[in-house]
Amino acid sequence: MEEEKSFSDICGGRLALRRRYYSPYCCEFGLSSPRLSLRSLTAVTCAVWLAAYGLFTLCENSMILSAAIFITIIGLLGYLHFVKIDQETLLIIDSLGIQMTSSYASGKESTTFIEMDKVKDVIINEAIYMQKVIYYLCILLKDPGKPHEISRVVPVFQSAKPRLDCLIEVYRSCQEILAHQKATSTSP
Amino acid sequence: MVLKAFFPTCCASADSGLLVGRWVPEQSSAVILAVVHFPFIPIQVKELLAQVHKASQVQVAVLGTWCHRQQEPEESLGHFLEGLGAIFSHDPWLQLCREKGTRFWSCKATYHQLQGTPTEDQVMLIFYDQRKLLLSWLHPPAALPDCQAGDSAASTGGLADIFDTVARSEVLFRNDQFDEGPVRLSHWQSEGMEASILVELAKQASGPICLLMTSLLSLLSAASACRLWKLWPLPFIRSKLSTCEQLQHRLKHLSFIFSTEKAQSPMQLMRKANMLVSVILDVALGLLLLSWLHSNNRIGQLANALVPVADYVAEELQHLLQWLMGAPAGLKMNRALDQVLGRFFLYHIHLWISYIHLMSPFIEHILWHVGLSACLGLTVALSILSDIIALLTFHIYCFYVYGARLYCLKIYGLSSLWRLFRGKKWNVLRQRVDSCSYDLDQLFIGTLLFTILVFLLPTTALYYLVFTLLRLLVITVQGIIHLLVDFINSLPLYSLGLRLCRPYRLAAGVKFRVLEQEKGRPLRLLMQINPLHYSHVVHTYRLSSCGCHPKHSWGSLCRKLFFGELIYPWRQREDKQD
Repeated sequence: MEEEKSFSDICGGRLALRRRYYSPYCCEFGLSSPRLSLRSLTAVTCAVWLAAYGLFTLCENSMILSAAIFITIIGLLGYLHFVKIDQETLLIIDSLGIQMTSSYASGKESTTFIEMDKVKDVIINEAIYMQKVIYYLCILLKDPGKPHEISRVVPVFQSAKPRLDCLIEVYRSCQEILAHQKATSTSP
Repeated sequence: MVLKAFFPTCCASADSGLLVGRWVPEQSSAVILAVVHFPFIPIQVKELLAQVHKASQVQVAVLGTWCHRQQEPEESLGHFLEGLGAIFSHDPWLQLCREKGTRFWSCKATYHQLQGTPTEDQVMLIFYDQRKLLLSWLHPPAALPDCQAGDSAASTGGLADIFDTVARSEVLFRNDQFDEGPVRLSHWQSEGMEASILVELAKQASGPICLLMTSLLSLLSAASACRLWKLWPLPFIRSKLSTCEQLQHRLKHLSFIFSTEKAQSPMQLMRKANMLVSVILDVALGLLLLSWLHSNNRIGQLANALVPVADYVAEELQHLLQWLMGAPAGLKMNRALDQVLGRFFLYHIHLWISYIHLMSPFIEHILWHVGLSACLGLTVALSILSDIIALLTFHIYCFYVYGARLYCLKIYGLSSLWRLFRGKKWNVLRQRVDSCSYDLDQLFIGTLLFTILVFLLPTTALYYLVFTLLRLLVITVQGIIHLLVDFINSLPLYSLGLRLCRPYRLAAGVKFRVLEQEKGRPLRLLMQINPLHYSHVVHTYRLSSCGCHPKHSWGSLCRKLFFGELIYPWRQREDKQD
């Protein structure tokens, strides 16, 4: 069962939340940010090349132009591979764990998996981010040896930064699954 | 809890039979290791499982039945399989089935309660690649401080448990389909055992090679530890030269690599491999450097260029001193002291130049023989370069020491006379400043000396500043070379290569992918290995370096410079001599 809704992030950009229910105890949320726009790419490239041409007219050294082209290409590749996150996914599987995946624009995927033993709770927290107060979803981790202490806080959807309405949707489904897991884990 | 069944992907196309594996009740997960095919005798299966349990300490048992309906034409097998539940009793009893005509699987897990009425539970199928899981090594993200290695590692987490189970059941995977055993198994090695000729040959050859190298290296260490080297001034020279430190470091590495005892843990094995690859690369780069140096008579060119360069440096120093003896940067110096210091240092430079000119016929031979030492490794060649720089700039070091001592003396004199000027005294017994009544003549002489020292301060301070800057420049150059040597020494190349070519060997964790799913069918997931990030690889497997790092922080360095104390950025570890 798949549904798709559109939300906005803290800066007003459009986000698409795609929710998939695989089973009552397995749910996946994918949050897609808008892709790299041609307009901004052209603007940055033109700015860099104009600056390089200006330097070239000052220094009369053609190495500056080739260096500018090189820097533009390497910078673009680096940006696509290391910085631009296209989609963030949260997969919750009851009694197994929570998995967070970030897919970059170049196709690289970086995944983190947290076992259910270590998950204490999923909450929505408030934070001061630059000049704004924002809400973010985070996973509270506990040490299996000390179940009443919180050992770490892992924020989710850090690059997409959705607003509260989107977070509430994700939060509700996570809490359903966690409640189901807590109920069944106490029984043999 | 939902029951998790970990199924190896290699058994997905196997014939029908029994599922053999380990049941973990805390995680409610069944790790399936192999499939036993028909025909079999139940007693022999139980014997095999008992053997495996004794050899590997893993609780293998028959967990259920596997039915591949797409290959079986008859339906009667289904009833036969159900009857097996009575022979091999296990709670819960799994029944996995691959249906005809559909890609999806069906699983049932039956719990036989004491009351007699069986209850069913939801099952989740997780596919895993058995070979990759067996070969990989899990790196826990944060090792708990009270966690011990060994058997208790199984209780640290569900995933570590599964890795552990598959790794320790290696003895189960030793029989393949070509063995004439009583029981026919299906697992990742059932097509034939995996082995490599090169690895086997290397294993056979490593024994005698290790013995030979260990004896050679022990001879070498005995020679270097003999009492001849303890005569002064040899230990002093040894502690100052970084080449000796680097050679000792490499010797230690080599003796660790070729030690005859086997590696206790995977971590030690990786350390050995990293050291070996590092030494080999070092020697290869050194040989490259050697061939480049000895081609085109580069050594001769270097030797011919060395004396003019030394002359040029000395000339520049002379110009500098002439400038200081005049009115440097418009400052007015004390004429007499200026001339004394300037002439003193000029005489030193004159001595140094004569020494260099005396050595010049021998320089080419010395360089040629020293260049041969590059075959011991690039790090040794770089250390020798650093030592040559230190030797060639010895006069700058001497000037720095003279200037620093003079300045230090002046500063201490000034501080003590300043206390006298204010009527105070340093109490050595109580380590504090106390007031003191001086006689008139003491005050008179003290004030006079204080005034003289204050007016001579700019001259001394300027000389000290100039020579300290030169010394810092030389130290910076030497520091960069040392950093490079450290980098080559400590980079774990084998681990990085392994992470590049066989990423599943170094696992940071796992990742799951949900496979195509149909309503009413059990959930199917694919478990893959999440490889360790490159920065974590370098951080975990870094080799220990020489330890020749600057021992002071920036604050203490500035303090020492201000008070004129001598700075030794690479004081060798004299307190840890063996």
